[in-house]
Amino acid sequence: MKVLEFEAKALLREQGLKVPQGELAASAQEAANIARDLGRPVVIKAQVPTTGRMKAGGMRFADTPAEAAVMASELLSLEIKGFPVRTLLVEENISHVAEVFVGVTYDSVARTAILLASRSGGTDVESGERIMRRPVSDFKAGVDQAGREAASELGFEGQAFLNLSAAVARLIQSFAQWDALLLEINPLVLEASGQWCVADVHLELDPDAAYRHAALLARLPLSAREADRRTDFERQAAKIDSTDHRGVAGRLVPFGGNLGLLIGGGGASLTIMDAVFDTGLKPANYCEIGGNPSVWKIKELTKLILSQPGVDQLAVIMNVVSNTRADLVARGVIKGVVELGLRPSDVISAFRVPGSWEAEGQDILRHYRVRFYGRETSIDQVVEAIA
Amino acid sequence: MTILADAETRILVQGITGREASTFTLESLRYGARIVAGVTPGKAGQQVHGVPVFDTVAQALQAQPCQATIISVPAPFVHEAACEALKHGLKLLVIVTERVPRADVVAVLAQATAHGARVIGPNSLGIISPHLTRIGMCGGAADAVHKAYSPGSVGIISRSGGMMTEIANMLTQAGIGQSTCVSVGGDAIVGTAFVDLLPLYEADPQTLALVCFCEPGGLFEERLAEHLRANPSRLPTIAFVAGRFTDKLQGVRFGHAGAIVEGARGSPSGKVTALREAGVRVAGKLGHIPRLVKEALASEA
Repeated sequence: MKVLEFEAKALLREQGLKVPQGELAASAQEAANIARDLGRPVVIKAQVPTTGRMKAGGMRFADTPAEAAVMASELLSLEIKGFPVRTLLVEENISHVAEVFVGVTYDSVARTAILLASRSGGTDVESGERIMRRPVSDFKAGVDQAGREAASELGFEGQAFLNLSAAVARLIQSFAQWDALLLEINPLVLEASGQWCVADVHLELDPDAAYRHAALLARLPLSAREADRRTDFERQAAKIDSTDHRGVAGRLVPFGGNLGLLIGGGGASLTIMDAVFDTGLKPANYCEIGGNPSVWKIKELTKLILSQPGVDQLAVIMNVVSNTRADLVARGVIKGVVELGLRPSDVISAFRVPGSWEAEGQDILRHYRVRFYGRETSIDQVVEAIA
Repeated sequence: MTILADAETRILVQGITGREASTFTLESLRYGARIVAGVTPGKAGQQVHGVPVFDTVAQALQAQPCQATIISVPAPFVHEAACEALKHGLKLLVIVTERVPRADVVAVLAQATAHGARVIGPNSLGIISPHLTRIGMCGGAADAVHKAYSPGSVGIISRSGGMMTEIANMLTQAGIGQSTCVSVGGDAIVGTAFVDLLPLYEADPQTLALVCFCEPGGLFEERLAEHLRANPSRLPTIAFVAGRFTDKLQGVRFGHAGAIVEGARGSPSGKVTALREAGVRVAGKLGHIPRLVKEALASEA
């Protein structure tokens, strides 16, 4: 889950890092009040879980509460990369003498966490020349050393060096403690006092580790709200999936065409979508099913997909299944079509689910005169036959 | 010969009393796999389809020496189970569990490296050397495995377990058998990637060609391409890259660190280009794979 800046900064403050004074605002009036309470120039930042906010105009500077109100109302009318701006962070504008980029993430090639640091922070840091990359193979021993080496390599001395070393070490520890996939401070700014302050942060948490962070996640309600931006179609699919524990029918994504797709598993769904686009067909949705879903689940998904506006056909295609039962898929699809008052042979343009219980599945399809294919017909041949 | 596993490989199953593990244990035994022991803490003395269950890996190995283990425990216990296997000298770990936290995966892989062991997965459906053995659950029930997989000379490495069986089935339909097929796992970080398995296949006289099933994300394909450019292989390689349609949908990256680590790479179209430049025969359609394999085998003969 991507954590919004305001909530990420609250967590970092508790870890002993300095973050600017600031509050959340949902209206121009609230923004003006916060600016007045702070009593100094402020920066107003749209709280959206995406990168490139600065370039998209999602960050403004205001010297007075009146200016803050104007800018806040402008920001609240923006949409940044598909995210409507609903909340603003109004915080003191920190004056600084230097800035750096510090990031911790995973490197899939080295199969380890990696610390990245650069003297030139900012929005184009990845194109910069001198980026320090240092594997972090142990989150306990060696973290302090990693902090000192980063601070030294970035060229700082004295108090600034010591403070930066400590800040980097604390960031690595926080990354590990929260099961983050990404913790990136850009920029981390040096104040004239020698203190380092977190000007902006990107934090992404590992969804697979959520089970051990209930308390942490409970403190991130705004981020959770932004993360759950599904369409009604996706919400209904998720509801069907969670109502019945048998099998997986997740990840239904609308695509707007007329050809409904009941497809799976993961790798096969990608392959089928490519074939559908290659042949010029118009898919209504992407979908991944697997894990032997029940008849009820397949029936409900069939009805959901076919009830979308403009959808008049349904293709049911899977790779050779080993766990999922072909006959249960056939039964569910037929039931769904019939319950909608439609004729299976009119609506189902292709059915290809070879593998376990395939003969029983084919008996059902034959009875309803639905066109079906076996393991001897490849996935793309089936798609071409529809087109 | 095959790679990683043959009919003699003695297999342990950690988490053997679980619903899924118990099912694949039965079907693997029917297929001929030598599953000789299982571990579930607190269930020593039980049997699962005739396989004795022990409380600890140490006890299991004392009674039944093994060369490989299948880890099929719930995600929160994978780290502990893998470390226990490594501590007691197992050198081949197949982790089938999905949704293991990234930090745990990285910690297990570091331990495996320290112990000189190989990890397949996590989120792998396993390894199969047709008609000899299966370590995991690829292909499902024994009779279904017999329909899809047949022994022969083509290795398959796949990021999707389901599509590994699909491709094996296509080859079998075309009269082309397989040497060893490996489902490397669908996660962003896995213990063994294409490039790690290539030398094993090259050293196996039975294997004459390789098929790779590729997906968007990560640098597994790019690394294979780099390796092949620097070290031309005796094995003709055929690849299929799924998910080309996602090129158009690529979401904006969150933060800059990902771009620094991976650069602009990772997209399906980039993978196709990199593989082609390295001499890999990339199938434009999935259905082309058997023909490309036949052509490759004919030109090598």
